[in-house]
Amino acid sequence: MADVKKVATREGYGDALVELADKYDNLVVMDADLAGATRTGVFKKAHPERFFNAGIAEGNMMSVAAGLAASGKLVFASSFAMFAAGRAFEQIRNSIGYPHLNVKIGASHAGISVGEDGASHQCCEDIAIMRVIPGMTIINPADYYEAKKAVFAAAKMDGPVYLRFGRLAVPTVFDDSYYFQIGKANRLVEGTDITIIATGLMVNEALMAAELLKNDGISARVVNMASIKPIDRDEIIAAARDTKLIVTAEEHSIIGGLGSAVAEVVAETIPTRVVRVSVNDTFGRSGPAWDLLKLFGLSADNIAAKAKEAFQSL
Amino acid sequence: MDNNQKKQLAILATKVRMAAIEGTFHAKSGHPGGSLSAADMLTYLYFSELHVDPQNPNDPKRDRFVLSKGHAAPSYYGALALKGYFPIEEMQELRHITSMLQGHPNMLGTPGVDMSTGSLGQGVSAAAGMALAGKIDKADYRVFTLLGDGEIEEGQVWEAAMFASHKGLDNLCVIVDNNDLQIDGTVGEVNSPYPIPEKFQAFGFDVVEIDGHDFDQIEAAVEQFKATVGKPFAIIMKTVKGKGVSFMENKVGWHGVAPNAEQYEAAMAELKATLTELEA
Repeated sequence: MADVKKVATREGYGDALVELADKYDNLVVMDADLAGATRTGVFKKAHPERFFNAGIAEGNMMSVAAGLAASGKLVFASSFAMFAAGRAFEQIRNSIGYPHLNVKIGASHAGISVGEDGASHQCCEDIAIMRVIPGMTIINPADYYEAKKAVFAAAKMDGPVYLRFGRLAVPTVFDDSYYFQIGKANRLVEGTDITIIATGLMVNEALMAAELLKNDGISARVVNMASIKPIDRDEIIAAARDTKLIVTAEEHSIIGGLGSAVAEVVAETIPTRVVRVSVNDTFGRSGPAWDLLKLFGLSADNIAAKAKEAFQSL
Repeated sequence: MDNNQKKQLAILATKVRMAAIEGTFHAKSGHPGGSLSAADMLTYLYFSELHVDPQNPNDPKRDRFVLSKGHAAPSYYGALALKGYFPIEEMQELRHITSMLQGHPNMLGTPGVDMSTGSLGQGVSAAAGMALAGKIDKADYRVFTLLGDGEIEEGQVWEAAMFASHKGLDNLCVIVDNNDLQIDGTVGEVNSPYPIPEKFQAFGFDVVEIDGHDFDQIEAAVEQFKATVGKPFAIIMKTVKGKGVSFMENKVGWHGVAPNAEQYEAAMAELKATLTELEA
């Protein structure tokens, strides 16, 4: 993997915003004193007159963003996932979600791969709490290129979108030719025994897990599920129909995230065994990001081990 | 303002109050106290100040109004109905399951409502966002927002105040309905936000204190807002909760309780008498 380019998805966020500026005259970007970290700083540098810092006041930022959107602006409001989805949940719900305003929430530093900052900043609950807001679209891109395409797609649609980005530089899975569509999964590897449905940085781990499983004689389909809401029900149903086991992989709590969403679909359609590789209802801790991912079982090795164990017990 | 204008506003304000009583009575719920305290200001804004057109409610050039104290919806809806956004008869449907008039304002369902509100502290931020959009677009619309005095206990109000001031939003007018009562008691007893003018001044606002039931003072305050450059403006208006219905005045119990049939009759009789007197 040494030759694979590693870039954080948040870089895709910042770069995409800059590219969008010329296309959308009404585009404005907000941040809550984290412009350097969320990468809205690159937009600020390019278009200072269209960048507004709310300071360390995320709740106000979300409601201000709502007011801007109600006056015709396309708003990207940014912070860490913890303070966007977490602290400002109710502002997102009531000021943005209920009136279905055109605000895109750019939430970086999601998951435990935040690393050394530790549990207070490692948001593993955001997908769960954003999923329950009616009309909210949620996208959790796997790499830099998908992150950019997700931002473009979010700008193009009307209504609130939660975009989830990571701090950690992760291997790129796609390239600039990649086509992203909200509500559509993409099958990266064909397989006949099991399906691994992954999101975010776990997509690359899932691809490596499929290779490991191949050595054990298990044929694994790999599906990238960046669009968590709306979710691609057809692709999940296809996995349930075509393969015997579904393994989900996400850098998020085991409660309420991708694993839950997938389990909900198969439970209502083609009941199928689902194994969830997620953060197991626990807080994170400080440490180097890759070591943390391993420690919490968010690795190709653990996906393969869990998949193998479950498949062999069928 | 001449006496005739004042009289016309007083008549309209009385009709707004009647609409609020009508609505809360038929809904068997709602917030009459804080609706009545805000009725004069709402009347002034909709009938003497705001550049709005009920035939074109989403005109991008219109002035905006955000009812940050969303629970005063009964008077707000009354003002919107009298202005011509929808028939006054809708008031009898307030909070009913098929009604466009939700318990708290819903911009997607009710013509004339510029922002969905109800969760305290958020409307003022949205108003600041609208004001900022006006600045970005070099538009000359103004944004007014009405807050409760209990509402300003919410930290977000002060986040919004800091933001509005820092961004120089002189097109934003924040009005505080200081009726001195919130659900659990007087605002002084519960968690005092006093002194209010000094707080807004400290956050960079120009501030004026007025009697919120005196149209001359309301007019002077709004004119002062319009003349203010470079900073947001706050009007702290002393009001009487339940104003206009004597048995509701200054009674904390009338925050969120609807009148029963007997109280409804008494309230309407009093307001009708006021109206008759004004129209004489």
